[in-house]
Amino acid sequence: MADKVLMKGNEAIAEAAICAGCRHYFGYPITPQTEIAAYMAKKMPKIGGTFLQAESEVAAINMVYGVSATGHRVMTSSSSPGVSLKAEGLSYMAGADLPALIVNVQRGGPGLGGIQPSQSDYFQATRGGGHGDYRMIVLAPASVQEMASLTVKGFDLADQYRMTTMILADGTMGQMMEPVALDFAENKAPAKDWATTGTDMKRPHNVVNSLYLDPAALERVNFERYERYAYIEEHETMYEEYMMDDAEICVAAFGIAARVSKNAVNEARKQGIKVGLLRPITLWPFPKAPFRAAADRVHSFISVELSMGQMIEDIRLATECKKPVTLCNRAGGIIPSPEQVLEAIQQAAKNGGAK
Amino acid sequence: MSQKSFLFSGFGGQGILFAGKFLAYKGLTDGKQVSWLPSYGPEMRGGTASCGVIISDEPVGSPIVTNPDILVAMNLPSLDKYESAVNPGGIIFADSTLIERKVERDDVTVYYIPATKLAGENGIPTLANMVIMGKLLAVLGDNSEEGIAAALGKVISARKAAMYDANYTAMKLGADYE
Repeated sequence: MADKVLMKGNEAIAEAAICAGCRHYFGYPITPQTEIAAYMAKKMPKIGGTFLQAESEVAAINMVYGVSATGHRVMTSSSSPGVSLKAEGLSYMAGADLPALIVNVQRGGPGLGGIQPSQSDYFQATRGGGHGDYRMIVLAPASVQEMASLTVKGFDLADQYRMTTMILADGTMGQMMEPVALDFAENKAPAKDWATTGTDMKRPHNVVNSLYLDPAALERVNFERYERYAYIEEHETMYEEYMMDDAEICVAAFGIAARVSKNAVNEARKQGIKVGLLRPITLWPFPKAPFRAAADRVHSFISVELSMGQMIEDIRLATECKKPVTLCNRAGGIIPSPEQVLEAIQQAAKNGGAK
Repeated sequence: MSQKSFLFSGFGGQGILFAGKFLAYKGLTDGKQVSWLPSYGPEMRGGTASCGVIISDEPVGSPIVTNPDILVAMNLPSLDKYESAVNPGGIIFADSTLIERKVERDDVTVYYIPATKLAGENGIPTLANMVIMGKLLAVLGDNSEEGIAAALGKVISARKAAMYDANYTAMKLGADYE
């Protein structure tokens, strides 16, 4: 195994992207993800890649569109307000079936909000963000190691399914340092026979476009896209279960909220409360199966979020509201404390599943 | 399971983040699980800087240090802000050059080190942070030469190898201070 180094989550994303063969980065600075751009600015010129600080987030995402159309691995990164600006481009890329990696190191919102960590872009990430029927694959790292490994995985998934993958992190994940091993196997984009690379007069033109003026044609590509999405929902969910075997209460949390919740679960276990943690790693596709299975065994769910309660809706959908789901949250850039989560667990234990 | 949490706090420019990073690398080279989380934002520009470090035998859960076992306070606002947060039975290291008052709590152990003065007198005025680090490692009984060398080797880039000896001197000053 390679020597472990201490890295910030943001730097780990940047280095992992380079390991994954990404040689094109376009972005615009915004706290708390600026280290990604800074790392790329330093590294890309040395390895024959492109780093470009665009004039805006809108410009950056359209540069990503352009490079992706040529078949190369490409990425952009931003934080919440900047990702809103990219929403139009994300929709266009979905309409043109273009792969790319998008990183959102979330901060408190709405509006300019603040710069402290948040998870309040869950709806935006899992429901698309831009207009039209489309999905993005959304990955939620909960450690610096996962910031790296999910970046590599994200490029692979994007290419495999010709869609954008979003890394949905938060300010804590971006800023914290943890040991990380960057021993990824040589990783390259697969051949892309749809890419606009020049015909050499030997093949018909490839066209990358999201405009379909014929409603029947537009309906057809939408239905085809959703068949692909259904396949992804079936095959690509990722999650982690912690102490769920005999759990009577299921705490659900992703990213930094999962880290905090793990402390609370350990503490509650010491007090004899049978509680476990179910951590979605893919937010879309949402890991419905383990939630559905848990709903048959536990008496209640607690959704721990750095938002006013967004993932809680997916838990209710996945479990068809079979068991009560309560919210344990902070917002605006504040992180719930392990004590707050522990109190929510104790309350759930007391209620015993009563609605 | 053994786990220790540390909070380093002071002015921007005192090497608060570096001290935390060194300690995290010390944990890493000792084969422990570690996390390092800085405060970030506008307060970093000339104001207070702080970072939390956790060193553990088990994977680190939450990286957020609200109640440290060990507080390193390098200026008065840091002591004012975090004195009450230290876990009972914990340890506070205070730079007594910049902090004139005493710690009010009686359920923690306190070490007053005139780190800024010691560093200045010895021609390494920017390394008060590592003077305190030397004392901290000595108090924890974790100051073997090999361990420190391994961590310094990780945290100081080859380009700045000249800083290696200065850091070592600073830590020796702190460790020897009674």
